[in-house]
Amino acid sequence: MRIKLNRTGAAVMLVFLPVLLMWSANGAAQESRVGKLSGNAKRGKALYVRYCIFCHGPNGDGQGESAPYLDPKPRDFTKALFKCRSTPSGTLPVDSDLYDTISRGVHASGMPSWAPLLRQERVDLVAYIKTFSSAFEEEKPGAPVEIPAEPTTTAESVQRGSELFQSMNCWSCHGKDGRGHGPSAATLTDSKGYPITPFDFTSGSRFKCGESDRDMFRDLVTGLDGTPMPSFAAAMNADQRWDVVHYIRSLSAHKTHARLKIEPIGK
Amino acid sequence: MKLRSALISGCTLAALSVSVGMIAGWARPVDAPASVKGTVKFDGPAPKPSKIDMSQDPLCAKAHPTPATTEDIVVGTGGALENVVVYVSDGLTAHDFQPPEQPAVLEQKGCQYKPHVLALEAHQKLDVVNSDETTHNIHPSPNNNREWNMTQPHGTPLEQTFAREEVAIPVKCNVHPWMKGYIAVFKHPYFSVTGTNGSFELKDLPPGTYTITAWQEKLGTQTQKVTVGASETKTVDFTFKQ
Repeated sequence: MRIKLNRTGAAVMLVFLPVLLMWSANGAAQESRVGKLSGNAKRGKALYVRYCIFCHGPNGDGQGESAPYLDPKPRDFTKALFKCRSTPSGTLPVDSDLYDTISRGVHASGMPSWAPLLRQERVDLVAYIKTFSSAFEEEKPGAPVEIPAEPTTTAESVQRGSELFQSMNCWSCHGKDGRGHGPSAATLTDSKGYPITPFDFTSGSRFKCGESDRDMFRDLVTGLDGTPMPSFAAAMNADQRWDVVHYIRSLSAHKTHARLKIEPIGK
Repeated sequence: MKLRSALISGCTLAALSVSVGMIAGWARPVDAPASVKGTVKFDGPAPKPSKIDMSQDPLCAKAHPTPATTEDIVVGTGGALENVVVYVSDGLTAHDFQPPEQPAVLEQKGCQYKPHVLALEAHQKLDVVNSDETTHNIHPSPNNNREWNMTQPHGTPLEQTFAREEVAIPVKCNVHPWMKGYIAVFKHPYFSVTGTNGSFELKDLPPGTYTITAWQEKLGTQTQKVTVGASETKTVDFTFKQ
């Protein structure tokens, strides 16, 4: 069968083609992909209303009913600014970063681990969270940073890390002894203006964006956007970052915790 | 056949509209350009700047034999107000200006930002320079742009851009809490930051009626309307009070 189109029909198509293309582009932004799973924002919304709305609010702006009682405050998704990313400072996270945060939870905050939800459900939540900001339609996520193999910890690497901890001014916030009482600590706020405390490295290793050495290395490259913790992407090379990781590990006696294993999808 | 001709005419139309749009976007240079100039003054006794205590970082403190002072309101001789951003906020018909290739430079020197207030165009390169021996982190807190936060030891190159217009983005260094500055981002080239004599000039304007806005970090904004003809220069002065 041959489709006949007259001049009017073609003109109508020409007018509506861009609209159609824009619509499908918007549609793409409301989806998510983690490993082999694709998320759907509509399904994600139902889960969000069930589990997340009390803290993060119906508009995703972190102004849920429980928000006044929480410190740190729930994430405001409308800003598209996320602490835990694998992407450079100033860029959007990839879907698996948001998935990892939902799965892991954020230690020392009101955000629990949502690993009890099905993987598919967590991927659907990622799709819905991205709809709160137009940034995910307008920009692409940054390229995930590379994490090379970790060298063995030696007395020398810890010593070099200690020197970098001084010269990079980590001590200004985290303190000369790593206890989070540096001279600038009391002045720190997050990007919303709420006071924020630097991590006390002697308290253990339950860092907000993951506990492993690789997580720490990645945090040093990406920084925690929306907080005073900067990216050291331009400031240190890979060997130096591993040295700092080894030094920070040496500040804590508690090296291992009962870790919640989060199985990666499709890797 | 009909479909093909309709497609061809449609494509021609689309191509035409794109090229017309591009011509409209090429707003520089202008024939018989107009300009708006003036002076920004502070009315009343000049507020006394406070001394900054940089003793927590000896590398900062040693850069200042006499203590550095705050720069939030800097008043020069005759009440000239420094660090005011003056810009065209309304009235431009052209869009899509190409940013200049020359980068804007923000220097960290003596653990202060030089200049204290910087203005640049969207997508124009921003070279951040650390001339201090100490390590800084440069941390803009925008509302309309992506936030980033980068550590910069002495001599390390750092290049960034801002994508959208915003007056003005606060910039801080979390390591040195007294360090504060501002970056104003424009989608057009008609802006100026007042120097020590409080004067500004907006050059190469197409003739037209414009809203001119003056922004000061502590004293807020003021606006005035001005109409300039071809090759005409008009004077617009602003006076801020505390």
